[in-house]
Amino acid sequence: MSGFRQGIQATIPALRRYARALTRDAEAADDLVQDTLVRALRSEHLFHGGDIRSWLYTILTNLNRNRLRSLARRPALTPIEDDDAADSSGPEAGGRDIERALASLVDDQRVALLLVVMEGLSYREVAEVQGVPIGTVMSRLARARAQIKAYLDGERPALRRVK
Amino acid sequence: MIEREPPVTEEELHAYVDGELPADRGAAVAQWLDAHPEDAARVAAWRAQADAIRARYGAIASEPVPPRFELKALARAGRKWSRLAAAAVLAALLLGGGAGWFGRGFFDGAGPTRAVSLEAFEAHRLYIGEVRHPIEVKAGESHLNPWLSRRIGYALPTPNLDPFGLKLLGGRLLPGNAGRAAALYMYETATGERFTIYCRRDQAPQSALRYRASGPIGSFFWVEDEVAFVVSGPADRARLQKVAEAVYEQIETRQQTGSLLRMLSDARGGR
Repeated sequence: MSGFRQGIQATIPALRRYARALTRDAEAADDLVQDTLVRALRSEHLFHGGDIRSWLYTILTNLNRNRLRSLARRPALTPIEDDDAADSSGPEAGGRDIERALASLVDDQRVALLLVVMEGLSYREVAEVQGVPIGTVMSRLARARAQIKAYLDGERPALRRVK
Repeated sequence: MIEREPPVTEEELHAYVDGELPADRGAAVAQWLDAHPEDAARVAAWRAQADAIRARYGAIASEPVPPRFELKALARAGRKWSRLAAAAVLAALLLGGGAGWFGRGFFDGAGPTRAVSLEAFEAHRLYIGEVRHPIEVKAGESHLNPWLSRRIGYALPTPNLDPFGLKLLGGRLLPGNAGRAAALYMYETATGERFTIYCRRDQAPQSALRYRASGPIGSFFWVEDEVAFVVSGPADRARLQKVAEAVYEQIETRQQTGSLLRMLSDARGGR
């Protein structure tokens, strides 16, 4: 296997994690990952070194933006209840809260936050993924954190920390 | 006491949490937090958020990678599928409502996508159970392919599925939609498992490969250039996907010329 493919292969688990947190829908998430991989493989000749991980995050982020646009044009069929039902058996009592809090964010803010705190990208890398200056990433991050805090404080005043 | 250090900004607090703070500011921020409990509480809340996010989704990265992500297979099918996917996104954008690329599935969806997949599913279920007459026209009869193609108004090739141990039994004509017909090809393995390919002209929106299962039967479904295809068989997704991809690839080569012919006939004002 080429280094290029190895790099992609090694990133699949993280892409699945990121996609799941972005979409909060297991099926849509894996569809996104698959489309990301297909696109990446097809574009091998366009990849001139650099961090393959960031590149894959960029593709996935863009594909998800397309997905959200197409969903927005459709009648409100997105079955939020389905997601809740699927997760009600989950082990994390606080998992649902953070999930809802993430859902309350604007997409660009959610992307910035997830890439920093979950995927461990630097501000500079996130700026490249989102195609914006670092300052914009920082303000998205700040707004995301403020929104989540407000959401959690409002929703569950008693829940100070989530184990 | 006069503070020589500039005051700590909110940006620096975030950078502190994210490990992005320049080394020479670390001590200043730590001191600041000692003296400003409100900021310290915010920093703690941000850290708790990050912990909660990681706790919620972290385990997904430790799951074994599902077989659908096997790079070799994706690379083989890649060029075509991604072109389809891009076209599907575009179609979803243009068409707006209806069953789009990321519809929840074709059994619980609505509109034309649901109709075509449901009818294919019914046909599959009905005829795989037929012992004596699963098909109308046997494979090997020279008129099978021209007949079905003429009736559905689309030059449908008969995909060769030998590599999967699938032998073409033959085909049959079914009612389609809008007064048109649909074609059903049936294949069988040496052990008697049956697979079908359902095909008809359809106005359903362009769609990338999608899988749904209902009980023991699974289907892969896609629409391209107003032709809908449904490949059905036993609900073993990985295996069925390989079959569906093979069907797609063989149809794809044919379709390049097929769509050109259709464009020409449409341009001439054909029905």
